[in-house]
Amino acid sequence: MAQQFYVSPEQMMKDRADFARKGIARGRSVVVVSFAAGIALVAENPSPTLHKIGEIYDRIAFAAVGKYNEFESLRQAGVRYADVRGYSYDRADVTARGLASVYAQSLGTVFTAEQKPFEVELAVAEVGATQAEDHIFRLTFDGSITDEPGFLGMGGQADLVQQRLADAWRPGADLQAALAWAVDALRAPREANGSGQEAVDPLGPASLEVAVLERDVREVRGIHRAFRRLAASDVERILHSVGKG
Amino acid sequence: MDSHHRGGIPSLDAAGASSSFLDFVTATNPALLPFGRSLPAGQLPATPHGTTIVALTFAGGVLMAGDRRATMGTMIANRHIEKVFPADRYSVLGIAGTAGIAIDIVRLFQVELEHYEKIEGTQLSLEGKANRLGAMIRANLPMALQGLSVVPLFAGVETGGSEGRLYSYDVTGGRYAELEHHSVGSGSVFARGALKKLWRPDLDQDSAVAVAVEALVDASDDDSATGGPDLVRKLWPVVYVVTDDDGATRVPPETLAPVVQAIVDRRTAEGREA
Repeated sequence: MAQQFYVSPEQMMKDRADFARKGIARGRSVVVVSFAAGIALVAENPSPTLHKIGEIYDRIAFAAVGKYNEFESLRQAGVRYADVRGYSYDRADVTARGLASVYAQSLGTVFTAEQKPFEVELAVAEVGATQAEDHIFRLTFDGSITDEPGFLGMGGQADLVQQRLADAWRPGADLQAALAWAVDALRAPREANGSGQEAVDPLGPASLEVAVLERDVREVRGIHRAFRRLAASDVERILHSVGKG
Repeated sequence: MDSHHRGGIPSLDAAGASSSFLDFVTATNPALLPFGRSLPAGQLPATPHGTTIVALTFAGGVLMAGDRRATMGTMIANRHIEKVFPADRYSVLGIAGTAGIAIDIVRLFQVELEHYEKIEGTQLSLEGKANRLGAMIRANLPMALQGLSVVPLFAGVETGGSEGRLYSYDVTGGRYAELEHHSVGSGSVFARGALKKLWRPDLDQDSAVAVAVEALVDASDDDSATGGPDLVRKLWPVVYVVTDDDGATRVPPETLAPVVQAIVDRRTAEGREA
C-alpha cells in the first residue's frame, strides 16, 4: 500500500489555485466594456466557430477564458438554468446576479471537491435600462465573485489588459470608442512583450470575436433578445471609422 | 428523443448531449410541462377554447391570421385573446383547441427553438422545427383523450429561402405539409371555402392580408365560436407575416383597420342576404 504523505490544507489550496491560474494565463484575453448604447464583449479568438462569447438570455451574455470544454459546458448549463427559470416564472425574472451566484456555487464546489479545478474565468454581463444599471460580474476558478465597475479584462496577461482599460474607460462612450479601447487593451500584452518588434498589427478584425448587448433592442428592433454578434466586416468598418475620426 | 444516449457514452450524457429544452425538462422537471401529468377520471368543467386560424402563402413569404374569440360552451370566454404567435424569427404558429394548454405549448415551443439556437449556435431547419412541434402535440395525446386537445398550425420560411411553407397537425402529432393555404379550428370549414375562392398564386403581401381577413370574416359569419372584426371596440384579427428579409412581423392595427373597413363597406354596398 502506498504511503500517505501529509499535505496541509493551505498548501493543497495553493497548489490547486496555482494550477488553475497557470492554465488561464496560457490563453488569450477577453474584454467586456459597458458603453452608452450597451455592453461590448471582445475576445481575441482566431476561430470563427469555437466561441468564447455566448448568449445566455434576453439581456445576459457570457464570456470566458481558459479550457474550451470546461467553459462550454458551463455556458450550456447557464443557458439551461436561464431558460428553465424564464419558462417557469417570467422572462423578466432571469437576472445576471442569480446566474452568477449559481456559477459561483458550482465553480466553488469543483475547486474544493473535484480531482482538478476548472481552468476557467467567466464574465456574466447584463445590460440595464441605463449605463448605471449595467452589471458585469467576474467569476474566478475558485468560485469568487466580484461586481466590476463598467469594464473587465481577463485571461492571458490579465493585469496589463485590466490596467489599460482602467486608464481609458469613461462612461457614456459610443460603440466606436468602446471597441477601440477593447482592441487597444487586448494589444497591451503584445506591446509589453514585443517591445516594438511587432510593427505589423496582428490583431485584425479576423482574429477578433465581437458581440454586443444592445440596450434599446426592444424599442429599436422590436425583439427581446439583446445579444448580437458583429461580423468581421462590421468590426473592420467600425474600427476604421475611429481611425478617421 | 435522447433515450438512446442513456447508457451509451456517459461523457455525452454528462455534457448534455441533447440540445432540446423539451427533453431536458422532461428528464429533470416534468411537472413544468403543460402535459406533464396524468389526469384522474372525472368530469372536466368547461374551459376556454380557441377557434379559427388561417394561413396562406404569398409571393415572398407566408401569412397567418387568427380571430380574437375564445369560447366556453356557448359563452364568449374572451374577446381579446391572441392565438397567433411568432415561434422565432422565421416562423409563426397559431393554435386552436383548449386555450390554457395551447398557450403553454406555444411558450414551450418558443423556448425550445431559442434554446436550440443558443446551445448549438445555429437555427433548426424549418422541417426540424415542424417535427419538434409534432413531438409536443404527440406528448399531449393523453390530455387530448380527456378532451383537452390542441391543434396547431405552423408556418415559416427556410432561412435564406423566400418560399413560405405550411404544416398542419392532428392530435396524434401527425404532421402534414400543406400547399397554398390551410385553416384549423371550428370555423375552418367556412374559412377554407373562402380561401379556395380568394387565394391566387403570387398574391402580393397586401392582398394576402386582405384575403386572410376576409376568410376570417366569412368564418365568423357562419361559426358562432369565431369572432368577427369588432368595429365598436376596434378589435382586428392578429395577423403575422413572415418573409426572409424582415422575419416574422405583426401587421399593425393601423394597416388592418382600412382592410376590414373595405370588406365591410363592399358587403354593405352589395346588400347580399346569405
